[in-house]
Amino acid sequence: MRSVEVFAPKRPPSRGRSNRQTERLNRALALGTSLFFVLPILFVFFWMVSMSFKTQVEISSASPTLFPAAPTLSWYQDLLTRMPFGGYFLNSLIVGVGSTGLGLAFGLPAAYAIARWKLTGASTAVLITRIIPAISYLIPWFIVAKRIGLTDSLFLLILLHLTVTLPLVIWIMIGFFEALPDELEQAARVDGCSTWQSFVKIALPLVQPGLVAASILAFISSWNNFLFAAVLGGPNSQTLPVVVYNLLSFEQANWGPLAAGATLVCLPIVLATLFFQRYLVEGLTAGAVKG
Amino acid sequence: MRMTSSSKFSTAPRNKKSRRLEGLTALAFLSPALLLIALIVTFPLLYTLFQSGTDWVLTNPRPQQFIGLKNYAELTGDSRAVAALVRTVLLTVFSVGLQMVLGVGMAVVMNRHFFRRGLVRTLALLPIVATPVAISLVFVIMMNPSSGILNLGLKSLGLPPLAWIYGENTVLPSLVLVDTWQWTPFVMLIALAGLATLPSEPYEAARIDGATPWQTFSKITLPLLMPTLFVALLFRTIDTLKLFDTIYAMTQGGPGTASETVNLYLYTLGFTYFRMGYASSLVIALFALILGLALLLIKRRRQNALS
Repeated sequence: MRSVEVFAPKRPPSRGRSNRQTERLNRALALGTSLFFVLPILFVFFWMVSMSFKTQVEISSASPTLFPAAPTLSWYQDLLTRMPFGGYFLNSLIVGVGSTGLGLAFGLPAAYAIARWKLTGASTAVLITRIIPAISYLIPWFIVAKRIGLTDSLFLLILLHLTVTLPLVIWIMIGFFEALPDELEQAARVDGCSTWQSFVKIALPLVQPGLVAASILAFISSWNNFLFAAVLGGPNSQTLPVVVYNLLSFEQANWGPLAAGATLVCLPIVLATLFFQRYLVEGLTAGAVKG
Repeated sequence: MRMTSSSKFSTAPRNKKSRRLEGLTALAFLSPALLLIALIVTFPLLYTLFQSGTDWVLTNPRPQQFIGLKNYAELTGDSRAVAALVRTVLLTVFSVGLQMVLGVGMAVVMNRHFFRRGLVRTLALLPIVATPVAISLVFVIMMNPSSGILNLGLKSLGLPPLAWIYGENTVLPSLVLVDTWQWTPFVMLIALAGLATLPSEPYEAARIDGATPWQTFSKITLPLLMPTLFVALLFRTIDTLKLFDTIYAMTQGGPGTASETVNLYLYTLGFTYFRMGYASSLVIALFALILGLALLLIKRRRQNALS
C-alpha cells in the first residue's frame, strides 16, 4: 500500500503535434467536470465563512450576497468574550492529544506484532472494534462513570475517545509495518538486536509517514467526536463540537454566532489537512488497496 | 479483509523452545492493546449484554430484575423500533448508493490530467475531515425554509421551495444530501488509490480495438476497481448504519419521528426515558445487525477473490 502515490503528478505519454489540441481540449474538459464536483463542496465551506463575517442585517436579508458587504468580526468577538472559548479549545486539544498519544503508545506495538507474526485473529478483533456503534459504549460507561464519580472529566473522555483512536492507529499501521522488507529484520537479528530493539530502532523510524498519517487521523477523529462529550462531558470537560452544537439552541435563528463557531471548530482541522495532505491520503486509503 | 502479503517477516523459528519464545514476545507486544480494548470495549459490551436481560430503569429506585429475553420479545413488537430500522436501512441504501456512484465518477474525472489537479483534489477532500456537527449546523442554516440559501436558489430557478429537514417527507432525503456531501470524497479517495494501481496493458489493448470510453470504463476499469470499491462500500455502509452526529444535530429524529433511526431511538430510550435494560437490548440488536452485515460482505468478498 505504500506504493500508492495517489497525488503524484504523472506525465502523460508524449504525443505528436497533431494530438496536442485534442489533449488540451481534454484537459479543459476534465478541469470543468472536476469543478462541477468540487464547487458544491467548496460552497458549503464558503457559505459558512462568509456568513460568519456578515452583519445581522445582511444575514436576514431576503436577497443575500455571496460576500459580506460590510465584513464584521463581531460574532467572533462575541464568542470569544461571552464564553471561555479558549478553555473549550484547550479541552478539545488535551483530549485529542491524550487519546492520540495513548492510541499510539498502545497501538504501535500491537500493529507491529500483527504485521510481523501475521496475527489475523487480532486484526479481525481490531476491525470489529471499528464497527461497533459508539452508542453501545455509552450506556455502560454512563453507569460506570456515575458510580465511580468520573463524570465531567477529561480523563474519561480520553479513555472513551481511545475506542476510536486505538483501532484507527492499529488499522493504519499494520499496512505500514507489513510493507517493511524482511531483510531488515533478519539483519537486525544477526547484529544481536532484540525484537523490542528492532521495533524501536529499525521499524519505527522507517514508518514515519505512517506515524504522521495515523497521528493526524486519530487526532481529527477525536477532535470531531461529538457523542461522548455530549453525554458524558460536563461544564469542566466541554469540547468544541458540543459547545458549537449548544449554540444552536441558545441562538435560535441567529446564524452569525453559529457560523463563526462552526468556522472556528473546522479551522485547525482544515489547516492541518492542507499541510499534511499527502500523509492524510496514505492514512485514509490504508488497507483499501493491495500495493 | 486486510490481505496479508505472504512472506513478510517469515523468520521461521528453528525449534519448539524458540517458537514458544516467539509466541511470548508476540503476546508481550499485543497484550497492552488487547487489555485496553478489553477494558474500554469488551467490558461495556458484555455489561450491555447483561443489562439487556433486565428491566432496569435508571430513574426507578426499585431494584432491577432479571427478565430473560422479554426485552427482545418486546423489541420485535415495537413498531417504533421497526420503523426506525426501516429508516436506517433506507438512509443507508440511498446515501451509500449515491456516494458510490458519485465518488467513482469523481475519481475517474480527477484521475485525468488537468491544471492544478493536486489542489483541486485536496480541496475535494475537505468534507471528510470537517467536523460533522459543524457541517450539520451550516446545512441547518442553508436549509432554513424562509431565509436559507437553498430555497432562495430554488426560487431563483422558478421552482417551489422545499421544507427540507422541517418536512416529514423531505427530511430523510435532506439527510441523504448532507451525508452524501460529506462522504462522497471518501469514496473518491479510495477509488483514486485503486485507479493508481491499475495495469496499463488492458487500456492499450482497448485503444487498439477501438473501444468507446464507456466500454473501456464498464468492461475494464469498473471490474478491476471492484475489490477496492468493496472496501469503500464496506466502510461507508458500516458508518452510515451508525450515523448519529449529523441526525442528532440537524433534526434530533424529527419532525415527530420522521428521521428517527435506530441510533436516535436508542439514544431517546436510554437518555430520555432512561430505560437502560430495554435500550441495552436494542444496542445488542444493532450491533448484531452491523456485525452480521460486515461479516457477510467480507465472506462474499473472499468467495469472489477465490473464484
